[in-house]
Amino acid sequence: MRTILILLRKEFIMIFRDRTMLPIIFVMPLLQLLILVNAATFDMKNIKMFIIDKDHSATSLRLQNKFSGSPFFRIEDQSMNVEGGHNSLLKGNADVVLHLENGFEHDLMTEKQTKAQLLVNGINSRTAGLINAYTSNVIADFNKNVIIDNLHLKGDQMLQVNISSSFWFNPSLNYKNYMVPGILVILVTIIGMFLTALNIVREKELGTIEQINVTPIKKHQFVIGKLFPFWLIALFELAFGLTLGKLMFDIPIEGSLLVLFSFAAIYLLVILALGLFISVSAKTQQQVMFVTFFFMLVFILMSGLFTPENSMPIWAQRANAINPLAYFMRVNRMVLLKGSGFADIANEFISISVFALVSLSLAIWRYRKTK
Amino acid sequence: MKPVIAENISKHFKSTAALQHISFEVDKAEIFGLIGPDGAGKTTLFRILNTLLIPTEGTASVLGQDTIRDYKYIRHHVGYMPGRFSLYEDLSVEENLNFYATIFQTSIEENYSLIEKIYKQIEAFKDRKAGNLSGGMKQKLALSCALIHKPKLLFLDEPTTGVDAVSRKEFWSMLKDLKQHGITILVSTPYMDEAEQCDRVALMQSGHIMDIDKPAGIVSKFNHRLFAVYPENIYEALQLLKTSPITHTAQIFGQSIHWVPKENFSEAEILNFMHSNNLNYKVDSPNIEDCFMEMM
Repeated sequence: MRTILILLRKEFIMIFRDRTMLPIIFVMPLLQLLILVNAATFDMKNIKMFIIDKDHSATSLRLQNKFSGSPFFRIEDQSMNVEGGHNSLLKGNADVVLHLENGFEHDLMTEKQTKAQLLVNGINSRTAGLINAYTSNVIADFNKNVIIDNLHLKGDQMLQVNISSSFWFNPSLNYKNYMVPGILVILVTIIGMFLTALNIVREKELGTIEQINVTPIKKHQFVIGKLFPFWLIALFELAFGLTLGKLMFDIPIEGSLLVLFSFAAIYLLVILALGLFISVSAKTQQQVMFVTFFFMLVFILMSGLFTPENSMPIWAQRANAINPLAYFMRVNRMVLLKGSGFADIANEFISISVFALVSLSLAIWRYRKTK
Repeated sequence: MKPVIAENISKHFKSTAALQHISFEVDKAEIFGLIGPDGAGKTTLFRILNTLLIPTEGTASVLGQDTIRDYKYIRHHVGYMPGRFSLYEDLSVEENLNFYATIFQTSIEENYSLIEKIYKQIEAFKDRKAGNLSGGMKQKLALSCALIHKPKLLFLDEPTTGVDAVSRKEFWSMLKDLKQHGITILVSTPYMDEAEQCDRVALMQSGHIMDIDKPAGIVSKFNHRLFAVYPENIYEALQLLKTSPITHTAQIFGQSIHWVPKENFSEAEILNFMHSNNLNYKVDSPNIEDCFMEMM
């Protein structure tokens, strides 16, 4: 026990003597939350629209006004020929082009239906889908008005099903509530994994491990001495990040923090063990950086930070069974937004505990003093 | 029981044989030197003896314990100073010493008498970070840390590499003091001139031990005539001597050339050769380096 304490003392002295450490611990979460949460927005505002109106009728103008009146659209420009629209799409001046043929109004009046063409920039399939949906919504609304006007009905005389929806767990569909818990997971993971992985390989590079190996320090003492400080720092980081999230974005904290932190504590064992494993297998900090970065990238992109897990292909969802980040991402959102308790995330708890056990044993087995 | 007994040790790294059939013994309270150039296998041998490597073949016993089976005992009772400075550079002098004392379950006070002479010289800098010490001071700190648990056997891997001449001299006198405390010292060095400081030496070359003896014993086995030649232009003379048919070996030694003529040439012929080439020379006694080169 005394050996572990002196190892921990040494580790903490060295961590806090490292000038880059304090900025990493305090500035990184602040910047990550500020930049990522504000930048990685899914909200569609200011969709740039180009209108080709060959009709110039009262109806086509009404449709145009419908778009310019919407907060989501900004009419960039309009022309009477097709080329203008195509060019603006090619140059990237427009996200979407609305094309109304000559006879737009005439067809509507005489044949009871008319056509409009929508050209959407599909480079980003996600935004393209959203633009399409938003535009269709506006046109559907426009349709309703046309029908009402033509039948000379009052609005409430028309029979229709009105859908009123409410979004549970995030009533205002505030994407920040969705992003902040996700970013927190990444933050905690980066801190835990990189710092652990770099720390041990650094002892190898400097040669200090050579001296340590010829001492009576036992394997488990060394491993605890190495992991505990970063475990503590990562947990602190989670608390710090949550506080920032609450203060800056007023994210909801519906569930119990005890549940969240218990899960994080076990989750971090997995992450630290992975870091330890990479670190004992590598020879230089450079190797560690590359390997860790590779794993982090795969884990993060698969975790469901941006793409909901449910919309991934089945094989990817299965593969996520071994992605620790996916578990924490899920649990963090469930606890914070939905208020899930121990019972609700029992499965995740069991899985992550098994994970922790396996990865820790692997890492300790891999660490050898004698070769 | 001899503190170190190595029996027929071989170590292979994949296809490279780093050590081949090494056997030797070290007596108690002896300074035993492993002398050899870089790549001779000195560090590998050290790492096997201090339980960091498992030999491919052969057995070693250190302090009467098997290096594989009883590694725990050995790690408690030996001190090791690796060739590279391997203390924590971010910790201060005192913190480093304290750290190593504590992990060996002892304290600085308890064994202060053993390290006093060495530590006194750096105590003034005890709050300075180890990384900011000079080479000689780092070496003293490393030695203090290796001694703080009062080891019975000390492994010093190239302790004087990269240290100035004065500090090297000091270092060897510190080792002689430690010997008085009954500590057995196994030291490796690539500097042939340091061999004279050891009680016994093993000359190592590409994984083999070529000879083990007292320094004087090794020198006495040199059975050639040896001359020190003092030419005006040392490189020209070296070329001349190397290509001459009467030369057995010729190599630069400081400001002179150590020259060994072939046995079948008489003194008169040698005198004649030297005069005709305008070279000053005198009879010299061989040193360890001459012996080493002769054995290669």
